[in-house]
Amino acid sequence: MESITPEVLRPIRTLGPIAWLRRNLFNNWYNVVLTFIVLGVIYKVLIGLINFLLQANWDPVTTRPVLYLVGQYPAEELWRIGLAVFIISFLFGISWGNWGDLVQTFAYLIIAGSAAAAFIPSTIISVSWPVRIFFLVNITLVFVGRAVGRSRFGKPRTILILWLISLPIVIILIYGFAQSEFMPVVLTTLWGGLMVNLLLAAIGIAASFPVGVILALGRRSSLPVLRWFCIGFIEIVRGVPLITILFMASIILPLFLPGDIRIDRLIRALIGITMFSAAYMAENIRGGLQAIPLGQYDAAKAIGLNSTLTTLLIILPQAIRLVIPAIVGQFIALFKDTTLVLIVGLLEILGVGKAILGGNPQWVTSQTEVYLFVAAAFWVFTFSLSRSSRHLEKALGVGER
Amino acid sequence: MAADSEQLQNDDQIIICRQVHKWFDDFHALRGIDLTVKTGEVIVIFGPSGSGKSTFIRTINRLEEHQKGDIFVDGIELTHDIRNIEAIRSEVGMVFQQFNLFPHLSVLQNVTLGPIWVRRLPKQEADDKAMEILERVGIPEQANKYPAQLSGGQQQRVAIARALAMEPKIMLFDEPTSALDPEMIKEVLDVMHELALSGMTMLVVTHEMGFARGVADRMLFFDEGLVVERGAPDEIFLEPKEERTKLFLSQILQH
Repeated sequence: MESITPEVLRPIRTLGPIAWLRRNLFNNWYNVVLTFIVLGVIYKVLIGLINFLLQANWDPVTTRPVLYLVGQYPAEELWRIGLAVFIISFLFGISWGNWGDLVQTFAYLIIAGSAAAAFIPSTIISVSWPVRIFFLVNITLVFVGRAVGRSRFGKPRTILILWLISLPIVIILIYGFAQSEFMPVVLTTLWGGLMVNLLLAAIGIAASFPVGVILALGRRSSLPVLRWFCIGFIEIVRGVPLITILFMASIILPLFLPGDIRIDRLIRALIGITMFSAAYMAENIRGGLQAIPLGQYDAAKAIGLNSTLTTLLIILPQAIRLVIPAIVGQFIALFKDTTLVLIVGLLEILGVGKAILGGNPQWVTSQTEVYLFVAAAFWVFTFSLSRSSRHLEKALGVGER
Repeated sequence: MAADSEQLQNDDQIIICRQVHKWFDDFHALRGIDLTVKTGEVIVIFGPSGSGKSTFIRTINRLEEHQKGDIFVDGIELTHDIRNIEAIRSEVGMVFQQFNLFPHLSVLQNVTLGPIWVRRLPKQEADDKAMEILERVGIPEQANKYPAQLSGGQQQRVAIARALAMEPKIMLFDEPTSALDPEMIKEVLDVMHELALSGMTMLVVTHEMGFARGVADRMLFFDEGLVVERGAPDEIFLEPKEERTKLFLSQILQH
């Protein structure tokens, strides 16, 4: 019989902080030099940053915060946007309860943002009591949603459907109805701020997804006309900067349309963004389609599935799963690109910042603060998105490979 | 009486291949294959790699298109007509070397996909039937797992179940055990053995000579796109006529 060997523990080697410094930063003469140079640079940058923050004038941001959020949307109709925010917060709550990590960062973002708005001292930004209560209710809704999401009502399919129908509901809420006393139309010329960026990105990605799928499938089609059309569309759109497409959509397109047809400026920008995004989406999805092994087609044929069913049931679900990280990356890029609509005269968040700076000469020295604020606003969202994307990749990895 | 049995035999011919040719560009992969299979027969096809054996069984459900000759499956001729092709595919089950399970679907969904979308069976009925078949191949407890969570042998048994769920008249096996670890080969062969005994018509490309000896009615030795030798397992193993067959058998039976 073999003798039982005592359990051998993996040796644990810990380094004290000083040993760590010696080994990693001061292990030879040129690393010592490099360490001191880097320390010097860090010191300079920190001092500069602290000086800037001490002297910074945040008035251009804090005086009219609503402008950055929703533009010139009329104050008496703001409750509609509040309702839209409630719907979205509630849905994020449900998704958080059901999908956990996937949307956790967004839930935290909503909670932290709402809490900041609810408790910020009036000396910094004056927020009225009803608005503070609104944000507190908003936080509650996230947690109520979370409880619903965890209950038996929370099924992934139901949640997806709720998200899909929430988009048109939110748009209708914000736009309103013609000839309605209760919810009059608010023209898109009054829309602005972060709301426009979020709407353009969300609608743009939602609309470009089906278009992109069709283009990707068309590009692999055996019908030559369809294939050449799709290749042409994809390659032309991808070869052109988004600014050009936005200009074409907002200035050249109306020239070709009969005089009595006027398309809303926001919609024209949206069409441009959707076309642009769809071309990239198509190439992403094509990459996914190409990654599907031929054996999958063989197996689908062998059980008698026709080519349409094979595509819908076997190929597309796997291909899209493969490219979800790429699609999230594209969504982040698109979200940041929505700032470009300011050149066709839409007052999205960056446009609001520029307008405020332009209209108030006393703040001309505070450009840095405004742009920092806008950049921070974007970063908060894109960071949440990429965190979710990482969790999504992990979640989708289940049952594969 | 003799005429009657002759007639019966003709009706019983479920696969008829006459002078089947296939080219991949300039490469002549199949050089005139003749084969008639009767209902319930188990045919084992073996031969060196590149001999055209996989290509041949793939022509029978049109995963490969033959360019010359005729193929009739269950009385339907394989032509360019997509309806004929789909009709034949739903009668012919196939099991692949690499399993080719659908990784995004659970085991149960893999098995019910065909019945629900091709046979238009109600979901409940398809589920019940799928569970019966999974029982038959010995893995009902894995129904809700995903393919990647199963061992190779289990995956291949799911693949067999998926094919059986369409209630095929013919089963094609394309090297079903070649991608398996040695200890899993038996569990798959056991299922195939049981299937053969149940009267299923089977065409099996394999080098599992134990399986061939056990259940094959006939064996075909392929080389360079031709059937070099055919006969009952005893004839092939004990007194092969062709030098190439002898050589090949000596190579694979050495170990």
